[in-house]
Formats: sequence, C-alpha cells, structure tokens
Amino acid sequence: MLSSQIKSNEIIFGSCNKDLLEEIIFYGIGLGADFVEIFIENTDNSSVLAEEDFITSVSPSFGRGAGIRIFKEKKDGFVSTNDLTKHGLMRSVSQAIEMLDITNNKKGEAFNGLTEHRDYSLSKKKWINEVPSIHEISEKLLVSTKSLKKNNKIITRKGSYSRNLQEVIIASSDGTYVSDIRLHQTVGLNVIASDAQYRSSGSRRFGSSGMPNEFRLWDHEKAANEVFESSMNMLYADYVDAGQMPVVLANKFGGVIFHEACGHLLETTQIERGTTPFENKLNEKIAHESVTAIDEGISEGSFGSLSVDDEGMEPEKSVLIKDGILKKFISDRAGELRTGHKRTGSGRRQNYSFAAASRMRNTFIAKGEHSKEDLINSISDGLYCKSMGGGSVGATGQFNFAVEEGYIIKNGKLTSPVKGATLIGEAKEVMPKISMCGNDLELAPGFCGSISGSVNVTVGQPHIKVDSITVGGR
Amino acid sequence: MNSREITTQISKAADFLNLKKWDYGASFSNDYSVQVDKGEAKQLKASQKQILTLRVWNESNLVGITTTSDISESGIKKALNQANIASDFGNKNERTEFSPLAKDPVEFKDVIKRNPVGIKKLLTLLREAEVKLLESHESIKSVPYNGLSESFYERVYANSDGAFRSYTKSQAALYLYARAEEKNKKPRSSGSVKIGYGVEDIDIETCIKDASNKTISHLNYSSIKTDKYLICFSPESFLTIINAFSSMFNARSILDGVSLSNKNSIGEKLSTEALNIYDDGLHEKNISSSPFDGEGTPTKRLCLINKGKIENFIHSESTARIFKTIPTGHAGLGSKVSVSPDWIVVEKSEVNSDLKTSLDHSSYDGEFVYIEELNAIHAGVRASQGSFSLPFDGWLYKNGKKISIESATVAGDIKYLLKNIVNIESTQEVTTSGISPHIWVDKLSITGDE
Repeated sequence: MLSSQIKSNEIIFGSCNKDLLEEIIFYGIGLGADFVEIFIENTDNSSVLAEEDFITSVSPSFGRGAGIRIFKEKKDGFVSTNDLTKHGLMRSVSQAIEMLDITNNKKGEAFNGLTEHRDYSLSKKKWINEVPSIHEISEKLLVSTKSLKKNNKIITRKGSYSRNLQEVIIASSDGTYVSDIRLHQTVGLNVIASDAQYRSSGSRRFGSSGMPNEFRLWDHEKAANEVFESSMNMLYADYVDAGQMPVVLANKFGGVIFHEACGHLLETTQIERGTTPFENKLNEKIAHESVTAIDEGISEGSFGSLSVDDEGMEPEKSVLIKDGILKKFISDRAGELRTGHKRTGSGRRQNYSFAAASRMRNTFIAKGEHSKEDLINSISDGLYCKSMGGGSVGATGQFNFAVEEGYIIKNGKLTSPVKGATLIGEAKEVMPKISMCGNDLELAPGFCGSISGSVNVTVGQPHIKVDSITVGGR
Repeated sequence: MNSREITTQISKAADFLNLKKWDYGASFSNDYSVQVDKGEAKQLKASQKQILTLRVWNESNLVGITTTSDISESGIKKALNQANIASDFGNKNERTEFSPLAKDPVEFKDVIKRNPVGIKKLLTLLREAEVKLLESHESIKSVPYNGLSESFYERVYANSDGAFRSYTKSQAALYLYARAEEKNKKPRSSGSVKIGYGVEDIDIETCIKDASNKTISHLNYSSIKTDKYLICFSPESFLTIINAFSSMFNARSILDGVSLSNKNSIGEKLSTEALNIYDDGLHEKNISSSPFDGEGTPTKRLCLINKGKIENFIHSESTARIFKTIPTGHAGLGSKVSVSPDWIVVEKSEVNSDLKTSLDHSSYDGEFVYIEELNAIHAGVRASQGSFSLPFDGWLYKNGKKISIESATVAGDIKYLLKNIVNIESTQEVTTSGISPHIWVDKLSITGDE
C-alpha cells in the first residue's frame, strides 16, 4: 500500500486532512444531517507531585480521539471514538445519524466544502520544546515545598504541577476548518498545619495558558509565604457564629461566587433547561448599579483564554451585566439554535468525549472606585472573606461557598480569624446587594466542572461588599 | 486487539525495550445515553473509549507510569518508553511492588450481564418517564435534569509476573430531577437516581414516583431558626458523610498526613459501641462491584469500625507493606497509588443498649430535623480537619407537622457527630453508594435564614 493512501484514510496531526474531513462531512450531510461537526484532538499531558522533600509522582499521559456531532433541526446526536481512521469516523457519523432517526429522504443542509484553513497552531508548534522538562519542574517544586517548611507546626507540604498540551482540528459543514494548539500549565502549593488539637490548611493555585515560560517565572517564594501565613492565621481560629451579616469578599478567587452563583445562570444551557431566573430579564436590572460583569476569552495568558473555541469561533469579550443591567448571555452553537442568543465564542469542552456547550472563560466583576479599606470601614459587624474554597449552585439557583480564610469585621476593622464559615444565598437576591466594588481587580485560575466536563477558567473581581448574606457556621 | 492480545503486545514491546518488570490496567467501554426536553430528544450520545495505564520498573526498581488511549503497536511502545523515562523520577522514598495477592483467586459475583437495548429504546423509555413525571403533579413544570444511559465495559489487570485478570460488566442508570413552581413561591427541585445491570433492571416507575414525591414534598417550605437540633440522617445522607471522611480509614491518607487518624489509631473509640461500619465492594446489592482493584488485589469485605472502634484501614500494596499487613483491594493504579473505599455498609452492632430506640423517623413525635440529602460535599468538607458545613434538603418535624426547610446548612465535626449518635434504626436501606439505616445525632448546628 502506498503511504499516501494510508494517510488519506486516517487523520494525521500536522498534515492536511481537508479531503478526508470533507468526505466525512459530505457523508453526514448526504445521509440527511442539517449540520455536521468534527472535533479531533491529540493530547500530551504530564503532572508532577512533590510531597515534603520528595518527588512522589510523575504522570505523563497521551490521548487521541474524535467527537462527531450531528444536528437535525434542534436535536443533536454526539458520538466519540478513539478510532481516527476514515472507517472509524464514518462509522461514528452513521451511528449519530441512526441515533437521530434521520432517513435520507429528508434533505439536509447544503455543504459547499471547507473554507480556507485557519491555522492558529503555526506559532505554537515550538511550545512542546519550550515548556520546562520534568527534571526542571521537579527541581523547582522541591525548592517550593522546602520553602513551606517554616516552622514545626507545618506537618504536610505539597507542590503540584500539571501541563496540558492539546492539539485540535475542528471542521464543520458551515465550512469551518480550524487547527490550534492549546497549552495550559498550573502549579499549586498546599500545607496542613497542626498544633495539639488545632488544625488548619492553606493552599494557592496559579495557572496560565499559552505561555510556555510561565512556570519558570512563577514566584514560588511569594506563593509559599502566602500559603504559610494563611495556615498560621487560621490555626487557632474559632468557628464563626452563624447568621445574616454584611461581608467583604476579597479580590482574585473571591470571584468564584459570581462565577458559580450568577455566571452559570447566564449560560444558554440554563435557558434551554429553564433553570435560570434571568431568562426573560435581558435589558432589565438584575444587579446593583455598581456591578458590571464581563466574560471574555482574550486576555493574554489568562487561564480561560483561547484563540478559538471548540466550535471554531474566535472568542469575544462579552459584557454580561452593565451597571446592573443584564446585557448578554454566554452562548454556543446549540444555544444559538435553541434559544436565539448569538454565539459568543464560548463553545467549550473538556475533551473529544464531550459535546461543546456554552461555558465561561475569564469571568469577572469590573473594578469600581473604592479602596479595600473603604469597604471594610463601612461595616460595623460583619465578615471579611480573604480566601474562598470551593462552592456549588443547586438546580434552583441556591449557592453555597466555603470560606477558607475569614476574619471578623468589628467597627470597620479586621479583628480575629474565624473558620468554618459558609456563604449561602441565591444569585437573584444577592446580586442587588453588591453595593460597593473596589478598585483592585485581579484574576485567579480555576477549573469549572459542568455539562461539557472540566474546563480551564479564570474568576475574578475587585474587593466587593455584599450588604447582607447568610453565613453558615456553628 | 482483545485484552489477551494487548498483554502479549505489551510483553513483546517490553522485551524489545529491555524492560523486565511491568504491569498495566486497562478499561474498554461503550456507552450510550439520552436526554429529553418536553417530549423531544435533546442530546443523544454514544462513546467508545479505551484507556491503558502502564507501569514499568527500571533497573533501580523505581516505577514510572504512562496513560494512553492509543493501544496500537506504536502507541504501546510510546507509552512504555515514556513510562521508562518517568521511572527516573520514581519515588525512592516509598517503593511500589506488585500486589502479593495479584494472582490469588478472585471472587466473581454472579452478576447479570445485559445486552444493549439501543438508543431508540432508551429515548422511548425516557420520553415516557418525563411525561409521567410532568403529569404526576400540576406544579411540576419541567424535568431539567434527566438522563438514561447504558454502559458496557471490560476492565483488565496484568503484570510481567504472569498475573492476568479481567471482567466484563453492563450497567444502566436513570436520573430524573424535576422542578416545581407555584405562584409567589420559590421554585423547588428534587429528584431520584436508579441504577441496574441493564435498563430492564431499573425500576423506572419508582424513580418517577420518588422524584415526584420528593419534589412536591418541598413545595411548602419555611426558613428555620439558627440553633442546635436533634438530627435524623437519612441512609443516603449518613453514607455521604462517612464517605466524605473515609480518610479516617485510609492508610494512604494517614501516611500523607491528611487523615484524622494515625498509624496507632487501630482500636481507637470513635463512636457508640452500637455502630459497625464495613467496606463491602462485593455486596450483592452493589451494582458497580469490581472483583479486583487497580493493582489486581481481590476485593473483599473489611470491617472498618467494630463496636464503635476502628478495626482496620484500607490499603494498597505499598501502604500495606509499610503497615506490615496485606493489601485490602482498595487501590487505584497510578504513579502514586490512591486508596479509596468501595461500598460502605453501616449497621447496628449487637451491643446497642445505650441507644434511644424511641427515636424512629416514622413515628417519633418530638422536634427534629430530617436530613434527606447533603449537597456540595466538595466545598463544605474539610476532611483533614474533621469539620463540615453543608447545605441540605430536609424537613423540620415539629408539633406533629413536617415542613420543608427552605435553605439551611448543617455544620459540625465528624468526631463529634460519631460520638453523639443517639440511635441507629434497625432497618437498613440500599442506596447507590452503600447501605445504612437512619442515624440519629444530637445537637448539631443548623444555620437557617431566621
């Protein structure tokens, strides 16, 4: 068999796959599909874990696969496979067509071939050679965990690094033909402190996209100091008293509350489900006039940034809320089809085994005019949430978030540290209560798990004041 | 390639690369799932997946690992090569070996294996279920979260010492989460999940009924005053708490310093003598049972708490060696081998005279909070510190009335909770994560809106 024949019968990364992709799409359209989308990926990931003064885990992993999505009217069928041969991809198309019960006497949309190849990967192919080696990563992680050993109350020290390199090809029957390479690196430090019956923990995570040199520039000493101080501050903290009170949420990861409690409700998947209270509120006031919120995928190096989304659209900067007025929803292809909201370059997925869905990217509340001190000084009895843990939002919009590091505010001053606090509320009730926004906007990386898997995002905000919220405690 | 052929392929490639010692775990699956929206198909999914995790030992007996979805000849060679490179960074401080039990006989449960019913049948059944649930009460306006799926998979473990194990299974799952709305009230949502070996084993009618009853029962709600309450945990919610704090029984967590227990905690009294807890992955009711773990060690029943005292920890090969015991069948397969419980079984021991048996969730007429389901576990549990603060769905029973609690959290400390168990009801209930009776705990903090 000639090598050219072999190539034409299988997706080869780094080669032109246009003929094969067109053949697959023609096949799906010919069988009656309205729309055919092919997403193919090749991943090269690795992670390293340092515990105390040893490297305890090095885990490389590789993956290849395709996700094929067929639309017929507003229904879609999605098939994923590891088989990237022509036969395997054709079989997946057939399976999706069969699932949707499409018969070829129902004419599908026309397909005029793929348009010019938009190759975002050209300048990125060198990344794999520029990222730090396992040896380099290990050395720096060990230095980092060593610098966490600041006193004998620190009983556990961990440093972790992971690198995800994803090469994608996206082709669809509207002519889209795109290639890209995405690089995400994240590094985190964790400690547990203990003294007699007292225990506390501290953690920080840092992350970037598309910056192979970023790990080398990471200030591990500063990170170690922050983690250590956080754990020491909380070691002897009392449990917070529960109740309704004003709170100040710190910048950076404090934005996780907006992300979880409000951001998800502005994704078109929530409109499709009928689970967002904001469905019919476009151009209406849903938040305090001090709140402007943005979701975008374009900030250079931010963890949620991308050159092109997983449906082949360049990401846009979407002003979701402007001065308290709802302006836009976050939309993907299915969202536009089913809800009418235009795509925003937000079709995202964890990998080939998920269909893309409308997902946040870099989401933040814009900065205001107040200083952090202004916010704290305005409260006589309340809580300052310096560091937030994880959280979740329920099917009816109720959210809850753990406060990892909290301080009582008394007469406009920060006083004693408290632990065990949880913030509980509902987005549509809390958003109008964000009465002051600070001038110190910062972003923080994170992972968001939802309908299309776990994706890289950033959350962010300046310091903000919420006039009243339920604080769970003991 | 089938699993025997993959083993042969790996063996050949390892010989070629002069790698004398290796093992691997693999899974191969075919999954089908459907979702509906008001009678229409929303998304129909099928996936074919293969994952291979390879470990190799280098000449210094250090382990390297690689995971790949490419099981072609070249993919396997590449994975072995990468694992060999990674072995240069193997953990010198804690060696990993083959499980000494990797060739012991395994107990294969007499499980039922079902054939696929196909997407069309899944869709028909889910459409019918959605219609019935919507018709079950006028306040149920939608079923925003729903799905019916079936999976067929094979798991394999093999090593260069001749161990080879594999098993195949089928499993199906149905979930229905309804949303109810009434004028001038907040929307309420609740649901039900059922699993079985195949779609024909799932009790769809009960799932619909449970989802409807649960959702409707929360329509009339009220806020609750922040205070300490007598609590009755449903079987599901108590198992959620035990699983969230299972690091207390986890030798890996102990060695990592993230457990409330330590190496000397065997025999430590944690609770009333009336409490027994087992991990029983092979329990006949465990649909997701696996006859062996990631290192090939056979799964077995293990007593974790016996009459209120810690009886055993769960182990991998390396933790067992450090603790001078044998692996218990709870290992994953990784560069650093994880350890986790399979299927928790909670029961009342024979020493139970100190229990207040008048506390029965179906008949007790005093004031108490019934916790039906705990939420947001990943956010509200500090396993290494023992504390939790979790939102829940439940009811306040007061003056002979039962009223849904609008929005509240329960907070406390796991050791306090276990020590303050005041009753363990006699009847155990099977859930998707284990088996437990209702458990009563005195004086836990509830934060409400009042």
